[in-house]
Amino acid sequence: MVNFIIDGKKISAEKGTMVLEAARANGIDIPSLCAHEAVSRSGACRLCVVEAKKGKRSKIVTSCLYPVEEGIIIETKNERVLNVRRLVIQLLLARCPESEVIRDLAKELGIEPEPRFVPDKDKGKCILCRSCVRVCEEIVGVSAIGFSGRGANKVVGTPFQENSAVCIGCGACAFVCPTGHIQMTTTEDTRKIWDRTFKMKKCDVCGRYFAPEDQLQYISKKTGVPLKELAVCTDCR
Amino acid sequence: MKKINTLDDLKKAGDKGLKSLFPGGVKITVGMATSGIASGAGEVYEALSAEIKKRKLPYILAKTGSMGMDCIEPLVDIIEKDKPRLAYGKMTAAKVPQLIDQIIKGDIDAIKPVYRVDEEDVIAKREKKHYTKGMVPEYLKGIPTFNEVPFYKKQIKIATRNCGIIDPENIEEYIARGGYLALQKALTSLSPEAVIEEVIKSGLRGRGGGGFPAGIKWQSCRSAHGDIKYVICNGDEGDPGAYMDRSVMEGDPHTVIEGMIIGAYAIGAQEGFIYVRNEYPLAVANLTKAIEEARSRGLLGKNIFGTNFSFDIKISKGAGAFVCGESTALMASLEGKAGEPRAKYIHTVEHGLWDRPSNLNNVETWANVPVIIARSGKWFSEIGAPHSTGTKVFSLVGKINNIGLVEVPMGIPLKDIIFDVGGGIPGGRKFKAVQTGGPSGGCIPASMMDLSVDFDALWEAGSMMGSGGMIVMDEKTCMVDLARYFIEFLVSESCGKCTPCREGIRRMNDMLHDICAGKGREGDVELLESMAKGIVDGSLCALGGSAPNPVLSTIKYFRDEYDAHIKQKKCPAGVCRALIRYEIDAKKCTGCGVCAKKCPSACITGEKKKAHKINQKKCIKCGICMESCKFDAITVA
Repeated sequence: MVNFIIDGKKISAEKGTMVLEAARANGIDIPSLCAHEAVSRSGACRLCVVEAKKGKRSKIVTSCLYPVEEGIIIETKNERVLNVRRLVIQLLLARCPESEVIRDLAKELGIEPEPRFVPDKDKGKCILCRSCVRVCEEIVGVSAIGFSGRGANKVVGTPFQENSAVCIGCGACAFVCPTGHIQMTTTEDTRKIWDRTFKMKKCDVCGRYFAPEDQLQYISKKTGVPLKELAVCTDCR
Repeated sequence: MKKINTLDDLKKAGDKGLKSLFPGGVKITVGMATSGIASGAGEVYEALSAEIKKRKLPYILAKTGSMGMDCIEPLVDIIEKDKPRLAYGKMTAAKVPQLIDQIIKGDIDAIKPVYRVDEEDVIAKREKKHYTKGMVPEYLKGIPTFNEVPFYKKQIKIATRNCGIIDPENIEEYIARGGYLALQKALTSLSPEAVIEEVIKSGLRGRGGGGFPAGIKWQSCRSAHGDIKYVICNGDEGDPGAYMDRSVMEGDPHTVIEGMIIGAYAIGAQEGFIYVRNEYPLAVANLTKAIEEARSRGLLGKNIFGTNFSFDIKISKGAGAFVCGESTALMASLEGKAGEPRAKYIHTVEHGLWDRPSNLNNVETWANVPVIIARSGKWFSEIGAPHSTGTKVFSLVGKINNIGLVEVPMGIPLKDIIFDVGGGIPGGRKFKAVQTGGPSGGCIPASMMDLSVDFDALWEAGSMMGSGGMIVMDEKTCMVDLARYFIEFLVSESCGKCTPCREGIRRMNDMLHDICAGKGREGDVELLESMAKGIVDGSLCALGGSAPNPVLSTIKYFRDEYDAHIKQKKCPAGVCRALIRYEIDAKKCTGCGVCAKKCPSACITGEKKKAHKINQKKCIKCGICMESCKFDAITVA
């Protein structure tokens, strides 16, 4: 076990635990947007920053990626930390003025929009947190979406923004998206995502449309389970 | 090619190199690094080659790298037995027949050499090469020696010791100047630990920007767990106005290779990578050739110098992203992934390329290693300043007379670089500031000219050493506009991974554009400062972490210029178009009409021989009128 201090509180956690988890397990709240439990961490949003002090040295680190260390002193709400957090929220408010999630978070943290930043109109609700790209690569394993461009022009999408041949329409990306940027519409027998329409499969038992056919085929191919066995929805299995 | 397996083999190769360097008779070399080629060295070389052929002369013509003094290129050197080496600057193809004439006649009547070299240091061998036997011909005595030229006087060349002297494509010439001697010494008489000890003793700090002690890094990588380890050379130099590493890779590729082999031996690596930007085609070509030659001589590959140590190097070309100079982004790019950095809480010396222990140093750092091993760490540590040992290569550009590449001992006062080596500011203008460290660095004002140029002093002044770009500015440079320029560069180079850098820098850029356009608001400077703090603290990598430096340092030293732009809507340097007016002084104007003729928007009118006027509504503020006026009748305010 590793012993350390967060916001004056003595805490011990197992080696390898990230500061974010150690803090939350002890009732210390640290806001975050891009740390989704389903995917690996990127440290992209920078909202979960904390100050880590080691002897005379201190630095701002992202708590989602910083492993606990013996004797380290963490502060999650000092002025230096709050300055970064305020800036991040104000920048995201300006980037995604329509995002309710960001607006609510700002309200919760008592942060007002910076009037000097002209709000963007073309970024939708995407904060480039990377969870969608990571889930598609790490969990689904198809890498149907990725990034193109750089800097503020970076966008998430399918290659060349064209219909992806490898997307299985599973919707995992939409599920992990923290702001609801990724649009997925499912009607009775079709699902539309990333500009492609997928045919849904009817459950052999209850007759309910429950998953895209492409997804079931992909699972069957990947796991070796015959497609027939996958033709039953999770409720009826 | 005969393999080099023993010290004797190395000496034989060196002897051949010596013959190639000093063949007796007449040898002519042309500086053919990118700086030379850009100033027309290619045509000069062709003309020399044609003239020698035409006159059937037994002269030897060779290519070499850059001596650093770019402002006098194309540079042609004449080497004759027992005569000083003569350097002719600003050569043209048209001057070639005259030059050949005077070599034949043995005079310097038509074209004067810029300097002569009576002797030069062969630093890796602890010797001097004497061109003359103490006898300088009478007609050459009026020509300054190399060491008397102010540009070279205060320089000590370690990393660039061979640039402009050897043919970079000839391994034997490199060996003749002590090349691969350090490698032979390390492999046959030093343990890896002893090599690391020597590098630690030297005090060598990484020349890529961070200034981390190289020996300590090597030690961490050596002790990291894993059988497979890598050494990597960062040649992704991307700062505007910086070309130190390019010059070394072009002019002396073998020193980088030898440094890497020694490093690999010390660390326990089997494979090395040189990451060079593709915009450096000559560096890529010369490195490729050098690697092939080293391999064919057995200096790369299996059982180097007959030992158990095997090592090889591959070149990887960068696709043009500034951020790939950052270590983790560089490694991601080497792996074939998008060049984006990752958090470095776990160091790359433990988990780097393909998650294996990897030691990354930049070109200049590697280039110093062979000399450190050849001459000892103690020797190196006695050059420069106490905590910044050795020398540093800077590219001196901007508003300075002697534009070029200089290698000076660390700790040299800034004013010595600007006024002695650099020769001061052109046009009798005043020196205003110098930007060090490229877009990640900051500006240092004229009032701090006595500053010691070393890692720590620059850092304390709010700038940084960076990789060594030095952009000199005179009184006609607007510091707000300068900050805007660097920030704009970083906006287009931010990879976009983390919020503070991606979103923050562009918002700073918007504000700086507003300020330069006369739309700055009260409180902008304070907001810029607070944003800068958040971006420095909050960014994922060093690009974002240092991006606000140009803004912070210009605010720190030139706050009055920001205030003038925001409050008085004036640009004191007369640069920001929205805030300036060109006027004609009726008393000085002679009515010659030159300005009216040159004005692209036809907004200057007036009768001949009578004072002219500028129609402010039509003026596009290009400044051409002011430049064309011979009577100083046009002012900008």
